Amino acid sequence: MVRIALAKKKGMEDTVIPKVLSVNRLRRIYGDTVAVDGVSFEVERGEIVGLLGPNGAGKTTTINMILGVLEPTSGTIRIEGADIATSRSRALERTNFAAVYAPLPGNLTVYQNLRVFGLLYGVKKLQERIEALIDQFDLKRLRHAKCGVLSSGEQTRVSLAKAMLNRPRLLLLDEPTASLDPAVASDIRTQVREFVSRDKVGVLWTTHNMYEVADVCDRVLFLSHGRVLLEGDPRTLPPEHGKETLEELFIAVAREPLALKRI
Amino acid sequence: MPFHRIAAIVLRQIYLMRGSPVRVLPIFAWVAIDIVLWGFITRYLNTIASTGFDFVPMLLGAILLWDFFTRVMHGVTIAFLEDVWSHNFLNLFASPLSIREYVGGLVLTSIATSLLGLLTMVVLATTVFGLSFFVYGLMLVPFLLVLFLFGIALGIFASALVLRFGPASEWIVWPLPAFLSPFAAIFYPVSTLPRWMQPVSYLLPPSYVFEGMRAIVSGGAYRGTALLWSTCLAALYILLASWFFTRIHRHAVRTGLLARYSAESVS
Repeated sequence: MVRIALAKKKGMEDTVIPKVLSVNRLRRIYGDTVAVDGVSFEVERGEIVGLLGPNGAGKTTTINMILGVLEPTSGTIRIEGADIATSRSRALERTNFAAVYAPLPGNLTVYQNLRVFGLLYGVKKLQERIEALIDQFDLKRLRHAKCGVLSSGEQTRVSLAKAMLNRPRLLLLDEPTASLDPAVASDIRTQVREFVSRDKVGVLWTTHNMYEVADVCDRVLFLSHGRVLLEGDPRTLPPEHGKETLEELFIAVAREPLALKRI
Repeated sequence: MPFHRIAAIVLRQIYLMRGSPVRVLPIFAWVAIDIVLWGFITRYLNTIASTGFDFVPMLLGAILLWDFFTRVMHGVTIAFLEDVWSHNFLNLFASPLSIREYVGGLVLTSIATSLLGLLTMVVLATTVFGLSFFVYGLMLVPFLLVLFLFGIALGIFASALVLRFGPASEWIVWPLPAFLSPFAAIFYPVSTLPRWMQPVSYLLPPSYVFEGMRAIVSGGAYRGTALLWSTCLAALYILLASWFFTRIHRHAVRTGLLARYSAESVS
């Protein structure tokens, strides 16, 4: 009887699909400064979540902890059920990221970088995958160019190609369109959206461009002083808090977070 | 341990060298300069020595072996420094790559570069200066092995120091072998050293190699147990250096140093 009950329980657990990202009571302290203060949130499959907040709100610190390059003071991070603290490699095999502050080595060509990172992420049929991404991100002309000589827009496209190499279940994009002109930024948003809807990827996207947030994000989290202050649909959140636009709401979060909390 | 991740680290170094002769040249240049310089010095010493003693296997052999050790150590550290110079830590350590795999990749790179250096030295020393490796006999293999293992250990240790103290501490890497050289008894027996230096010398695996080399060249006996001890010592240093690197990496992740590496310190 006990065995049957256990089997049933196990069967039920197997059918529960874990969240792409599950962050629970995450806290990070630097000396006397609390950079991230008890942040909890989840990202579902096929969902783009915007992580917003003024400079120093704790966005990049949160992303660094999710990527395993910064240890949380407390709290847990699970990527598709794998705990980053105890199953680091397994969790990061399903993750990838692109960030303006982490360009790919400038002394390797586009192709060489994709090959090296493809091996690091254990990508199956790597050659095929590289060719597909080179096509997708219009990198054919730049294939043999060293990444260090590319323009910001071209470097962003290469970083995004690298970020999608392993068909991640969780994609972290830290201001991916920060240095791009509006046309290229729009193309990048379209490509990420297509990738999300095709592969059911969960995306955590940080940006200061509120138009972009309204355009791509299904849900947003407003961070201020290391805490999640607001959470919701970027299209309905401003009127819910007496603001006309997302930008107004952002300014209010940045300038008067306490007043906003009382609304 | 997934080999593809180690292969990625090696492949990155191959790409770097293939695309830049400036990186390839030092693998041959420094060792060639050393062999030529010391080759002529030994040739001169042979002409002025009244005893008819052959300095070639003693001095030139010692230089060759010490340079091999230095190249092995630099092979590891230069591969590591490439990631420092290109600000690549975030990309690397946010991937599934483990520290064991990363260090494994650095070691494999060093094997390739140091063997190229060794080949250059052997060709120059034998063809130009008449150094015969038959003098050392089969003992040459364990001699090279001990120096290789200790070079790897020192390379991992030096890389850990740079990881800990930031990009500006790169200078620590370069004089480390020179700092050890007086203790390593490269050109003179350990007994020449003052009493306080001798225990330090016996803690360094290269001392046993150079003592052995001199014993063989001068026709004396060399104890196999000493060689075995030096091999074990070198293997122990690899374990200690790997443990040290892992601890430093862990510290860098815990304090936030890795995420803000270019800042060199975190408050």
